[in-house]
Amino acid sequence: MAGQLLSANHAAALAAALAGRANRAARGFCSGVYPITPSTECMELLCNQEIEKGEVVRVESEHSAMAVCIGAAASGARTFSTSSSNGLALMAENVVAAALLRLPVVMVAANRTLGPPWNIWADHGDTLLLRDSGWVQLYCADNQEVLDSVLCAYRLAEDRRVLLPVLVCQEGFVLSHTMTETDVPSQERVDRFLPPLELPGRLGATPRVMGGIDAPHTTEVHRAQHHEAMGRVFEVYREVQAAFERELGRRPADPVVAYRAEDAEALIVSMGTIASTVVRAVDEARARGERLGAVRVRMFRPFPADALARLFRGKRRIAVIDRNLSLGFGGVLWGEARGQAEPGAIVQGYVIGIGGGDVRPAHVAAIAADLAARTAAGAPVLLEAGT
Amino acid sequence: MSELTATVASAPAPARAAPLLRPGNSNCPGCGMSMALQIFARGIEHRRVQLVVPASCAAVMAGPFPTTSLAAPVVLSTFGAGAAVATGLARVARLNGDGTRVVCWAGDGGTYDIGMASLSAAAERDEDVLYVCYDNEIYGNTGGQRSSATPAGASTTNTPAGKLEEKKDILAILAAHRVRYAASLSIAHPQDAVRKVRRALDTSGFRFLHVLAPCPTGWKSEPALGIELVRLAVRSGLYPIVEIVEGRKLVINHEPDFSTEALELYLSLQRRFQRSGLSAERFAAAIAQNWRDLRARSGRIVPADREG
Ligand code: SF4
Repeated sequence: MAGQLLSANHAAALAAALAGRANRAARGFCSGVYPITPSTECMELLCNQEIEKGEVVRVESEHSAMAVCIGAAASGARTFSTSSSNGLALMAENVVAAALLRLPVVMVAANRTLGPPWNIWADHGDTLLLRDSGWVQLYCADNQEVLDSVLCAYRLAEDRRVLLPVLVCQEGFVLSHTMTETDVPSQERVDRFLPPLELPGRLGATPRVMGGIDAPHTTEVHRAQHHEAMGRVFEVYREVQAAFERELGRRPADPVVAYRAEDAEALIVSMGTIASTVVRAVDEARARGERLGAVRVRMFRPFPADALARLFRGKRRIAVIDRNLSLGFGGVLWGEARGQAEPGAIVQGYVIGIGGGDVRPAHVAAIAADLAARTAAGAPVLLEAGT
Repeated sequence: MSELTATVASAPAPARAAPLLRPGNSNCPGCGMSMALQIFARGIEHRRVQLVVPASCAAVMAGPFPTTSLAAPVVLSTFGAGAAVATGLARVARLNGDGTRVVCWAGDGGTYDIGMASLSAAAERDEDVLYVCYDNEIYGNTGGQRSSATPAGASTTNTPAGKLEEKKDILAILAAHRVRYAASLSIAHPQDAVRKVRRALDTSGFRFLHVLAPCPTGWKSEPALGIELVRLAVRSGLYPIVEIVEGRKLVINHEPDFSTEALELYLSLQRRFQRSGLSAERFAAAIAQNWRDLRARSGRIVPADREG
């Protein structure tokens, strides 16, 4: 792979610019952006790109950044934004609005813990705050995946069977500021992969109201339709993977990625970059003769329940690692994954790396040892990663 | 009026612009915003417009899905994001050269209060957006609470004894942004209003129109008296009819007679000023001060019409 050295922030910005230019034959590209660490450099690089038939609007808040995307997407343009942490929290009202209007906005979040107290490092608490906002959510494990996911996100979001916004999540600093060799496809290839957007029912000259008043029954219908569209994401995503492979020469990862899981006696489930650390810990455990396997949840919404249930079949011991904490409950992924295990299985939740603590293979080994020693699952275990 | 009558008599009847607000809307009878929309429609004529309406009575007005009483394409936005959503529409309209005029139609709460940040930012960026604030001086849609547009002395559901603070000077705030064009419209002076709507629609960059919109529900006034109330507000000098170009050149379009009678009538025809018992005298001092400022800033008085 003849790649460039790129941070995930820059990979995301280049992908957005490529996707934006690819819509020049249609309604163009319009992005609303506002800086916040650690997503700032994504916004900066985007503002320095020449985008044919494209605009980047430097607004006064994250709330307005998403509002610009809403207006532009309603008008049929391809749109993009990026944010982190409290920026996403401020934006939340319009994040929900973009989804409920069924607009195919794509956003990249550089994950950062919510403050105060202020902390600029990573956990998934900010994007999981938006768990129920009606967006598709993808969690990435490396920079190439961030770039590829942004491109896939447009094709998925704009598919008429889906028409939903997509949030691509990459951990702040761990990915956002770490440069790795990343392949950036040519504009011609992206043009082939991303057809011009023809948004059905975009705002034109015909009188109609987008977002009009709903009575209780029509709200139920709209929610059900939204939920059904979420359900179609897996099928459409498979087609997106095939098209990406055809046009760009590599296959984007599945919604759930298993590693040495088939013959494993115990599984470790995680999201984001911790999954890469888990893979290393699995190799080390296997070298010691322990039958450990790993599962990475890449697509968190819609939740890949069936895929997880298949992987969990026959497994008696499952550890779920969360880089987030739903206060008063435990890890969010643990809460959702444990329902897919077979009755009687020990599904133990571990929370680690909140606020950016560095999660190392030794932590994963300790988790595997704790899991092996258990006769039953207990309350979520809160581990300190330290530095 | 005689000149006008003569012109109309000798020419074919002018085509009446299609109403922007169609039957079946959910506005209260006598809503000043309904009247403002009809005047606005006369200004639109053949122009292609898209509306952004943040949460407000105007958002409810369109009626329940899938119907709409608005004869234009509309995005209903979140409360504080009207100007930013309009920015997105306007940028894409420009990218595609389709000549669409993007209009944000917002209430006073969405303008003076929660929407102030996005309004100020869109004005500062000089977005190609016409922002219209229909000002009923109250959060009509949520039952009539104080906004920063509510005048001192007016009772609202959360200031029952009458609001203590003065109304914000929204035109001065927008003028301080040096917006291309800012003006106040009176629904009692439709010729001047239609002229301003046309001018605002045909100017590019950020434009702002302010419309005093009586709200019988919140003002506790007779639905039939809306236009008369605005006429009294204009006559008394309480609601100056002006336009400001590039934030500097202020033109007074209508000279009030500053009559105490008009001011007293304006206050007494609404029950919202009863509790505080705020007198016309108290208002008169503020009016006089405001007009000294206006005259200092204006070059001349343009008798735009003789409607008042
Ligand atoms: S509450 Fe007031 S502003 Fe709202 S529709 Fe009724 S009269 Fe109009």
